[in-house]
Amino acid sequence: MEADTIHQLTAAYALDALDAEEAREYEAHLSHCERCREDLVELSETATALAYATEAPVPPADLRARILQRAQSERANIVPLRPRWAIPVAAVAAVAACAAIGLAIWSTSLSGKLDRREAALSAQERVAEIIAQPGARNISFSRGTLVVAPTGEAALVLRNLAKLDRRYTYEAWVARGGVPQAAGLFQGGDAVSVPLEQPVRAGAVVMVTREKAGGTGAPTQHPFVTVKSSTQTQ
Amino acid sequence: MPHSFAHLSDEAVVALVARSDQSALAELYDRFGRVAYGVALRVLRDEKLAEDAVQEGFLTAWRNADRFMPERAKASTWLLTFVHRRAVDLVRRENRRRVDLLPDRAEQPASGSAEEDAWLRFERERVQTALKQLPDQQREALELAYYGGFSQSELAERLGQPVGTIKSRMFTGLARLRELLADPGPGETAWKPTPSTS
Repeated sequence: MEADTIHQLTAAYALDALDAEEAREYEAHLSHCERCREDLVELSETATALAYATEAPVPPADLRARILQRAQSERANIVPLRPRWAIPVAAVAAVAACAAIGLAIWSTSLSGKLDRREAALSAQERVAEIIAQPGARNISFSRGTLVVAPTGEAALVLRNLAKLDRRYTYEAWVARGGVPQAAGLFQGGDAVSVPLEQPVRAGAVVMVTREKAGGTGAPTQHPFVTVKSSTQTQ
Repeated sequence: MPHSFAHLSDEAVVALVARSDQSALAELYDRFGRVAYGVALRVLRDEKLAEDAVQEGFLTAWRNADRFMPERAKASTWLLTFVHRRAVDLVRRENRRRVDLLPDRAEQPASGSAEEDAWLRFERERVQTALKQLPDQQREALELAYYGGFSQSELAERLGQPVGTIKSRMFTGLARLRELLADPGPGETAWKPTPSTS
């Protein structure tokens, strides 16, 4: 009976007609009730139809530009997780703590498939953040682009990279003074975004090799991508 | 890199928004900004507040696009829910609600493209026709909740009914509306007013 009562809240929830506490209670129920999740898909769609039943005047012309501007400034303020050399120590500690908690929840609650999708999306997001930085430089080569931000944060964007069988991985390297440092493992695909885990300073060389799954500490193969970052400092 | 979005589904555009593609966000606005503003204005009855609700709704979409699951919702539902929820939050905070639901704003010269005007008019008539086929009490519960921003408890108090009654009117009304929208039946074109007494 208790359960029946809460099932009936689906319509009110879809209409945004619950108060804050009721909504939280319903959301908690939703996380373990498949029937309500299915009902909610249908009823939310119907509730949203009500948005179309009302007159739709044209919004003020500048609203669109304001939304885009806000979106851009929010994106620029996001602190990238990976390049820790660029972040003050306190911020690193805070980010690391959040990441640890997040990762714990992540790894216990989601399937491996979802993990990979999330990982791919977050790599793309980090690359987008690097590209969006003012003063970021693009260095194009035959298979893609190396993007280097003034902070040294960098990313590779590669096209049409063959998928490898599971015994192998691609590995990125950043060489400074002739010593290659491991800068991340990644898989092939039509368009691959690789945030590099090492900073790319003026004169550094970025390489990609094929290695055994799990990666190695030093390249064992001849690199099939070699890009020199510009020696000019900006 | 300029994109052409014309051939993309709404869901594909959201996938691009998830990759921080600003032109995809602009495309999403061009597809849904007007409906979003219309519903926000209906709930809030104030142009400035309606703009706030639309802006916050789109920015919520921008921040959460990577969590959008196409198997769980259509992109339009997902986006308009953010806008509507924000409008309801604002109207409750501003305490601007009234029971006197203006049935709709007077016809305004809508100065969008002719194509968009025509499509929105078609959608509006379709949903209004379905709404008119609901029993009065169910329609009243849906409209006061969705356009008025009233919670079920507030509605129960205002209408002098037990919460359970309101809850069940909403549930039955919304489920019936869903059927009517899916299959308007043979009386689709005729506006049949629901008999008030049987």
